[in-house]
Amino acid sequence: MSEHPTSGSIARYASGDELPADVLWAVEAHLETCQTCRLRLADAAPPQVTALTAAVWAEMAPTGAPVRRRHRLVRWATPALAPWLAMTAFVVLAAVALDGVLPTSSAVLLIAPIVPVLGVAVAWSRGVDPAHELVVSTPRAGLQLVLRRTFAVLVVVLPALLVGGWLTGASPAYWLLPCLGVTATALALGGVIGLRRAAITAASAWVLLVIGPAVVVGGVPGVLAPGAAPVWAAVLVGGAAAVFFRSAAYARL
Amino acid sequence: MARVVDAAEVAPTGYAWQVEATGLRVRAGRTMAVDGLDLRLGRGVHGLLGPNGAGKTTLIRSLATVLRPASGTLEVLGEPVSGRLDLRRVRRALGYLPQDFGYYKRFTVREFVEYVAWLKEMPKRDVPGAVQRAVERVGLADRADSKLKTLSGGMVRRAGIAQAIVNDPEVLLLDEPTAGLDPGQRVRFRELVQELGSDSCVVVSTHLVEDVAAACTDVVLIDKGRLVFQGTPDELAAVGGPDDVGDSPIERGYSALLGGAW
Repeated sequence: MSEHPTSGSIARYASGDELPADVLWAVEAHLETCQTCRLRLADAAPPQVTALTAAVWAEMAPTGAPVRRRHRLVRWATPALAPWLAMTAFVVLAAVALDGVLPTSSAVLLIAPIVPVLGVAVAWSRGVDPAHELVVSTPRAGLQLVLRRTFAVLVVVLPALLVGGWLTGASPAYWLLPCLGVTATALALGGVIGLRRAAITAASAWVLLVIGPAVVVGGVPGVLAPGAAPVWAAVLVGGAAAVFFRSAAYARL
Repeated sequence: MARVVDAAEVAPTGYAWQVEATGLRVRAGRTMAVDGLDLRLGRGVHGLLGPNGAGKTTLIRSLATVLRPASGTLEVLGEPVSGRLDLRRVRRALGYLPQDFGYYKRFTVREFVEYVAWLKEMPKRDVPGAVQRAVERVGLADRADSKLKTLSGGMVRRAGIAQAIVNDPEVLLLDEPTAGLDPGQRVRFRELVQELGSDSCVVVSTHLVEDVAAACTDVVLIDKGRLVFQGTPDELAAVGGPDDVGDSPIERGYSALLGGAW
């Protein structure tokens, strides 16, 4: 890039004063490629020009009302909130109500690991979210929005499960890690077969492989025993790593 | 406040066509709804015509980067969108009105358009002004703070057009945008589309031949997932003879090309 023009020649260029033709061309050619000098030119503009641009910018300044709270909320949770909250509440309440029915193991404990996954499925369902088609065509649709919505699910679900578990005596020490592990697995699988399908697959697998046998046999299943915690921690880390390394796969949801 | 014009704003484009498809095949469920389509679209208003089930919606959904093409190449704004790639740059320059435009009933028009602007990653300071401008362009300024559930069908459609144009898209995809608009609104809509088509690529899928005649610079006729005809409305009208079915020259051209397959 050529040397920057002097402030004198920029000022004369701005005010339209006489400049030798060669200097004029040099200044103009330089301005095309130099952002700093375009800023200097803007500062050197004569008062009648700055008054005009200031007036135009003032007219164009946003005047709308400040962003309301809902706007911040939908940046995290899906805007189709009502069915999603209702489902979460229903599942937890049903588990608390069922608790006395099962012989030995707690229903809250058995269901806890798949509640967040169901929330994720609802957040990305075409049938539940009316604007799903629109959302998935925008640049924001991707891993970041997936993680934001999953986080919102966990923020709602985990306290509900804690209360439910406290009422029925299911300690979070048993279900918290499996809960996060299943969620991470579903997200990782979602990069391959789609989030809704992955969430439903994970939930069905859990129902078939863990809840079914536990209801038939009774007792706390091995996968929920404290001894399984290291395995679940490994699953959580592995799932998170898979999500991280395949982040581009979430562009199409 | 001094504003600096960024070099990127005035940079020449690096592609010949806003949309370029070669041998494009896209699956819709189990059927191959778009099957070997070759298409090039530049600036202007392109009317996408075809009988029901011709693959219009599937084509628009693949242009909107919602569906992944099964094979063939598809480039939007010079960037391939067929593989597992970063689609964010293309998506920022897209506007899309789906055929079944779904919306959140409790949102006001302004809230909804603002939410879409956020989804489209628009710079924060530009959002309020852009939303106001988009709402004004579709003639909803007086209802901007009404909830969407209180609006009539035509107004909801216009809110849908507002969310599509809020980011001044370079490629605007409108799937059946005139459904539910009354004749007066339809005339205003055509004017708006023509205005938008002067500096971007607008693809309007429609089954109303008069929309095409009035607003489009270019007609794309597809049938069974393939391109049957591409040209100006006058060229389409010239194809039809007096023996073909139809009330207007364009309708006669349409039925001549499709062999009466209505």
